[in-house]
Amino acid sequence: MARQPLPEPSARPRQRVGDGPRARAVIIGGVLALAALVLVAPLVAIFTEAFRHGAGAYLAALAAPDTRYAVYLTLITALVVVPINIGFGIAAAWTIAKFSFPGRNLLLALVELPFSISPIIAGVAYLFVYGAQGLLGPFLEAHDIKIMFAVPGIMLASLFVTAPFVARELVPLMLAQGTEEEEAAVTLGAGGWRILRLVTLPNVRFALLYGAALCNARVMGEFGAVSIVSGNIRGQTNTMPLQIELLYQDNNAIGAFAVATLLTLVALVTLIAKVIIERIDAARARTTGAGH
Amino acid sequence: MSRVIPGFPLSFGITLLYLSLIVLLPLGALVWTALDIGWERYIAIMTGARTASAFRVTFLTAFGATAFNAVYGLALAWVLVRYDFPGKRLLDALVDVPFALPTAVAGIALSALLAKNGWFGAPLAQLGISVAYTPLGIAVAMAFTSLPFVVRTVQPVLEDLAADVEEAAATLGASDARIFARVIFPAILPAFATGCALGFARSLGEFGAIIFIAGNLPLKTEVVSLLTFIRIEEYDYPAAAAIAATLLGIAFALLLTINMLQLWQQRRMGTAD
Repeated sequence: MARQPLPEPSARPRQRVGDGPRARAVIIGGVLALAALVLVAPLVAIFTEAFRHGAGAYLAALAAPDTRYAVYLTLITALVVVPINIGFGIAAAWTIAKFSFPGRNLLLALVELPFSISPIIAGVAYLFVYGAQGLLGPFLEAHDIKIMFAVPGIMLASLFVTAPFVARELVPLMLAQGTEEEEAAVTLGAGGWRILRLVTLPNVRFALLYGAALCNARVMGEFGAVSIVSGNIRGQTNTMPLQIELLYQDNNAIGAFAVATLLTLVALVTLIAKVIIERIDAARARTTGAGH
Repeated sequence: MSRVIPGFPLSFGITLLYLSLIVLLPLGALVWTALDIGWERYIAIMTGARTASAFRVTFLTAFGATAFNAVYGLALAWVLVRYDFPGKRLLDALVDVPFALPTAVAGIALSALLAKNGWFGAPLAQLGISVAYTPLGIAVAMAFTSLPFVVRTVQPVLEDLAADVEEAAATLGASDARIFARVIFPAILPAFATGCALGFARSLGEFGAIIFIAGNLPLKTEVVSLLTFIRIEEYDYPAAAAIAATLLGIAFALLLTINMLQLWQQRRMGTAD
């Protein structure tokens, strides 16, 4: 490496570690080659396997009644769970980001707790509340309410697993934005709901959308927690990921991968949404000159 | 921060009530059920051959997966921060694929790739390496699902690293390797350790991606999360409670470690500014 004795500070970008042409080529090449194997190949494999016997077989696999029911149940679950966790996320972010109170950090840690807990633990924990031998089991049985091994159990487990998604997107952004605009709105005589609707939420709308998209993707794809509480009853309590497992164990690879393509598309759309929102944020940061 | 903004009692109340019902009640019930077992029975369950083997297999494979991600995740973060090349934005987006893809989907995809007749499995079998139905398969599944952690924790810290320290070291005649080891790596170490700990924690609890590729042989390729699931299916609730509560305790210990690592990181950032 030929190093100039004392280059001018404003001169061409100076060499930093790993900037040598050979180091660059080796590191970039190695990382890209591994990325093709680790990150791209699984995506390609899903679609290749699903279309192994052509589009006709693919569509026929998706049209199977149990699979159609699994898609329906997954959509219903998402329709119930995502709005609830959007509401919770807004309430939690509003509490944590706009007010200062003792135990605020503890509350934030509690909100994020489900991220650190294996979905299997979540499923088992729910069983010990609502199962026949759980805390509320005798009460539920006496009143003939079925939660475990039924759709409400699937929804509850999904609520647990995805509770932090919206709040985690909103809290850092709302903390960075501070409370000045809300305080100005208060002095102008606006009430809490009005401030939330007209000031706070418009300021965080992209983060809110992205949090909701993440929450939705995870609800649709949740496997561990749901497989414990659902009881895997064909055509009754099978969501899409459970249906994938069932078809795979039945040696129906086309069927399993066909359902997998749908969930993969949801994942890819969520990733594209992330890229778009990041670009909008970057453009906004450039125009306002601040990190808003 | 002030209290002039209205709505605190309501939003605080909703947040606390929801967390109590959805998060704390079930976790409390799990701990309650586990405490009900009694110490002697707990020890008997945890030291049983199958449970002990599941914990050993899970920890070993999670270590392997974390070691892989420590190296590859760091290399990915480095490439994304330090170089410009065509396709860089696509690579950045691809890093999130393991987080976005449902674990069951990742599981069947990896299993298809690594099966004896799969794209990767066939050439590897020629070399005498079998991945599917071995602990190696478990480690591969764990590495896939936890790959983004190291990348996403190291990336921002690497971005904020000032060039002048490196340049000063270079003017003093230090080699690239020496600058990396003595200047750059210490600066990113807290973030790097946080990423590794997050990935390790995730690997310990992973279920969906693993069960399709692991073969799930008791005493050989059975992980803790699967054993918990099996105990539930067998209606052996005390064993399931004991194992799940132990996993929960490990998760809390790792969470505490990660929080301390983040404090270290913040202190480092504070003095660097």
